[in-house]
Amino acid sequence: MGETKEPAHVVEHGTSLWKDAWRRLRRNHLAVFGMAMLTLMILLVIVGPWLSPYSYETQDRALGAAAPSASHWFGTDTLGRDLFTRILYGGRISLMVGFAATAVSLTIGVLYGAVAGFARGRADAVMMRVVDILYTMPFTVIVIILTVYMGKSIVLLFMAIGAVEWLTMARIVRGQVVSLREKEFIEAAEVMGLSRRRIILRHLIPNALGPIIVYTTLTIPAVMLLEAFVSFLGMGVQAPMSSWGVLIHDGANTMEEYPWMLIFPSIALSLTLFSLNFLGDGLRDALDPRMAKE
Amino acid sequence: MTKFILRRLLSFIPVFFIIVTMLFFLIRIAPGGPFQGGERAVPPEVLEKLRETYNLNAPLYRQYVDYLVDLAQGDLGPSMYQPSRTVTEWVQLRFPVSLELGFYALLVAMTLGFLAGITAALRPNTITDYVPMSFAMVGICIPNFVLGPVLVLIFALKLGWLPVAGWADPLDKVLPSLTLGTAYAAYVARLARGGMFEVLAQDFIRTARAKGLSETRVILRHALRGGVQPVIAFLGPAAAGLLTGSFVVEQIFQVPGLGKQFVDAAFNRDYTMLMGAVLVYAVLILCFNLVVDVIQAWLDPRVRYG
Amino acid sequence: MPLLKVDDLRTYFHTREGVVRAVDGVSFQVEPGETLGIVGESGSGKSVTNLTLMGLVPMPPGRVESGTARFNGVDLLRCSRAEHRAIRGKRISMIFQDPMTALNPYMRVGRQIVEPLLIHERCSGKEARERAVRALETVGIQDAPRRLLDYPHQFSGGMRQRVMIAMALITRPQLLIADEPTTALDVTVQAQILELIKQIQSEMGMAVILVTHDLGVIAEVCDRVLVMYAGRIVEAATTRKLFQRPGHPYTRALMASLPAARKKGEALYSIKGMPPDLTQPINGCPFAPRCEVAVPRCQSAAIALREFREGHETACIREQEGELP
Repeated sequence: MGETKEPAHVVEHGTSLWKDAWRRLRRNHLAVFGMAMLTLMILLVIVGPWLSPYSYETQDRALGAAAPSASHWFGTDTLGRDLFTRILYGGRISLMVGFAATAVSLTIGVLYGAVAGFARGRADAVMMRVVDILYTMPFTVIVIILTVYMGKSIVLLFMAIGAVEWLTMARIVRGQVVSLREKEFIEAAEVMGLSRRRIILRHLIPNALGPIIVYTTLTIPAVMLLEAFVSFLGMGVQAPMSSWGVLIHDGANTMEEYPWMLIFPSIALSLTLFSLNFLGDGLRDALDPRMAKE
Repeated sequence: MTKFILRRLLSFIPVFFIIVTMLFFLIRIAPGGPFQGGERAVPPEVLEKLRETYNLNAPLYRQYVDYLVDLAQGDLGPSMYQPSRTVTEWVQLRFPVSLELGFYALLVAMTLGFLAGITAALRPNTITDYVPMSFAMVGICIPNFVLGPVLVLIFALKLGWLPVAGWADPLDKVLPSLTLGTAYAAYVARLARGGMFEVLAQDFIRTARAKGLSETRVILRHALRGGVQPVIAFLGPAAAGLLTGSFVVEQIFQVPGLGKQFVDAAFNRDYTMLMGAVLVYAVLILCFNLVVDVIQAWLDPRVRYG
Repeated sequence: MPLLKVDDLRTYFHTREGVVRAVDGVSFQVEPGETLGIVGESGSGKSVTNLTLMGLVPMPPGRVESGTARFNGVDLLRCSRAEHRAIRGKRISMIFQDPMTALNPYMRVGRQIVEPLLIHERCSGKEARERAVRALETVGIQDAPRRLLDYPHQFSGGMRQRVMIAMALITRPQLLIADEPTTALDVTVQAQILELIKQIQSEMGMAVILVTHDLGVIAEVCDRVLVMYAGRIVEAATTRKLFQRPGHPYTRALMASLPAARKKGEALYSIKGMPPDLTQPINGCPFAPRCEVAVPRCQSAAIALREFREGHETACIREQEGELP
């Protein structure tokens, strides 16, 4: 009977771990700044376009590219569209791709890693060998090929990005599972006759959560960067829709005459990447001090 | 050591084969094809002739086998969009330019990165740590396609010190190399700091100090070798990143390298050119990983003899 | 004239949790050729004392708050870094607890052994190598010329400690500081290493400071002993007198907790309570809260090390006043 008490103990340990992590995170000024900045950015991007008097596609050709002013805070683009509104809309797309593609990679990576770690032996070896081989593939090249051939759909874009970004997640999860499943409480669960599926869902995944959260937070900026990169090359999001990558691309083409078209979208993207990276670093330090050393 | 390298080279063959196969089918199965671009309306009979010439009418498996046979002979096929040269010739023409750019960028990354990282590690949590590390964070978060145009805006358009684009004289090469190298300098700085920091906390550093060595000697002779290991391990991914970065940088600065060639080929569905470029990249990344393994073994006797 | 004379040494660590008084007013001296043992629990300040003398305490957070440490007329706490470096590794050498981590894994042991010669004596490479071979032979390593080319991971733990000793002694220092040199080793190897230190010491005539938490080690090799507790010296005596009649209740408790002090089958003795929190100021005797013979006076009276019989000092006021049996 003593063995079956083990899970309860782990859960208790878990809650104090979360509290502890939260306390450590709050002490990290940069991470708190990142969190606040991110919340603000998400709110702006969601609510902003409704409050803005302009639409992202309404052109004002008479106005043309106007410098920032009281009526157009960030100026307008060459077609007279309000840049502030366009950045908010572009942010929606960029953040959406970031979150959605990360969700795709998270799902694939966690399932793959958990199954590999749980299966052990031959199956595990083969599955991880596949990951090793995929690691040597030039990822961005594949994303570019995928986006060119799969057409102009955003959904496909983030599926494509997610599909190549899951490898590290799979490795992390497998590592966690392998080390956790050696611990007694998993054995206890097996002795008690829990099904494998139940063991994975109820015990392994909750315990592997820390590293998963950290890596997820760090994947979002990587994915957003990839989207912006592909869009900058003209292969991602297509007009009249736009993302920060597209806006930066347009801005770079006209920067000599209208530098604000380059500068504001660049700031929006960089600031968001900053915030996510700070938050990710902070979470890593807070949740897994051992990992932070690496 | 020779045995180790040979074994690794042999293991490349199946990996390379898998990459070729995956890419081949990925590219061919996708809808659309060459000669159907919007700008150039091609009459059906000409299209048919072109497809015949480029062996696109054969069954897919046949095309695949033919491609492999050609590849084994070092022939990457004719370019479908720029037929003036074969793909192999295009690669020979463009790739050296990309390699040169990559080399300069790596030089920038290593020099700046090591200087910043080691400076930071020597006095952790002081101003000489915070300042370089803040710059590193900025360097990581500003993507090269933002940095490039901003650098052009400042140094070429406003100050007029450097050319806007091109790849002819030495001055042309400054901005592209900086643009491509900066992000990696930032990563190198962070990794070097972490590596040095960890090594400097080890017992054997205390032993070295107890022997009365000067701090410079402690760092150069005792700490550096272990401290650079994380940076060396990062060189593999860095090489891959430099390649993709070169797509953007070559685009921004109009550098006639393989990256630009690749992006154009992707737009124009130039199957053979696309395959050729990607295969060159794949081989390059594999080789780089091998070099990294060799350096690591050379740096750490425990790996070498283990 | 003593080789080393330490007076009122205080090394504090300024951390986020407060000021840790790791070494708090320590005075002692080492005569040429003698072996001084320093014994105490972990955290008693015995290692920090020696690291301070070697200038190896990381600063910040560490800081030397007061004191002098005269070695051959030079104050180790105030001399320039260059002066200190010229002494360290040349006149004072140190060996550490864990030989597995104390050697540089990336460097052949030969190069590590000759390093002190190259920087302190500007030896030629050839002479340095010859002396390294001799040094390895002295510490009992077979096939020395070939082993110089090996890396640390190719040696066993005991062998690595021998390499450390060879490296420390290659410049023929006047003082060797050995910080728990046997703690990380197997019991059989421990005895060999202690024997080796003793033997080399008698050949070379150097002084040794031997830091340990093991009274057994002290009994075996030391001439005199300092007992440290909570950053202070609570007892100082010749080894013979200390074991004959320990003067401080803490020392008595330490001796009582030696397994050999109990009959077979009897429960082992352990000291109740915990060592004090060094971030808080301590009034009176630091051991008083755990002491079985403490009286209210112990918590308030100022304590100082005082000789209560020939060659035996203690910081226990009850012992000083002859109240203890």
